[in-house]
Amino acid sequence: MKSAVIVFPASNCDRDAKVALEQMTGKTPAMVWHQDRELPDVDLVVLPGGFSYGDYLRCGAMASQSVVMRSVKAHADKGGMVLGVCNGFQVLTESHMLPGALMRNAALKFVCKPVGLEVQETQSGFTRKYENGQRVTFPVAHGEGSYFADEDTLDRLEGENRVAFRYAKGENPNGSARNIAGILSEKRNVLGLMPHPERVVDNALGGTDGRGLFQSLIEALS
Amino acid sequence: MKARVFITLKNGVLDPQGKAIGHALNGLGFGSVGEVRQGKVIDLELSGSDAEAARTDLKAMCEKLLANTVIEKYEIEIKQ
Repeated sequence: MKSAVIVFPASNCDRDAKVALEQMTGKTPAMVWHQDRELPDVDLVVLPGGFSYGDYLRCGAMASQSVVMRSVKAHADKGGMVLGVCNGFQVLTESHMLPGALMRNAALKFVCKPVGLEVQETQSGFTRKYENGQRVTFPVAHGEGSYFADEDTLDRLEGENRVAFRYAKGENPNGSARNIAGILSEKRNVLGLMPHPERVVDNALGGTDGRGLFQSLIEALS
Repeated sequence: MKARVFITLKNGVLDPQGKAIGHALNGLGFGSVGEVRQGKVIDLELSGSDAEAARTDLKAMCEKLLANTVIEKYEIEIKQ
């Protein structure tokens, strides 16, 4: 499985993603700068967490207009897989590659802590190595992670089994609608989620619940 | 030509910042304050003098970048 990590100015989880991908796939991902027009030939593109362009205007808004995103969209349109974590999820909604928007946390505070999640959908290349309903713990670290979409969109996401991860009961850290933590695109090749699976692939760093996501990708893409 | 764009949250979209501002104003003794909604103002300088063309451009700017129309609405004001 070949992968690339997009680096925007003020991305700060790009190296976490790189280390996780190296550890899990045995291959070093290509680090692609936001001004690059072309993506290398890869199976997976990761949009990492951080504060791209200083969160100016809205989180992810400037990044969604960057040169490299045209290639990322083309990659997804061809069926290529794209994983957006945290700020990467915000970039995906701002790019209209995923529906809805991520708004200021309901309690107005930046939240940085491990949260319990439930894997809601295992029929995807990102989640097939988990059990349906499996409880996992991933860290969150965001100030604007409250998932919002109109009722019709929420119903459609649920009806099409596109809610991949939900905050477990009592764990919703940001007021997200219907406890949504991560969603899939219509073609199920794009996943955006606020919690950080790349930070939990090594016991030395607090857990290994995120390994399932990378193992799923390796299986789906090999 | 100068233009001002007002960007506000759509009705029905929760505004926790507006709520916090309302509470703070109540706390300062402004008991008359009810619901508060927060938004942003963007001032732009534009070349050219055709107000209608500017309005068309500004609408495209709002749709493409300035507002996130999933959650926000916008109003455009053109000042000669």
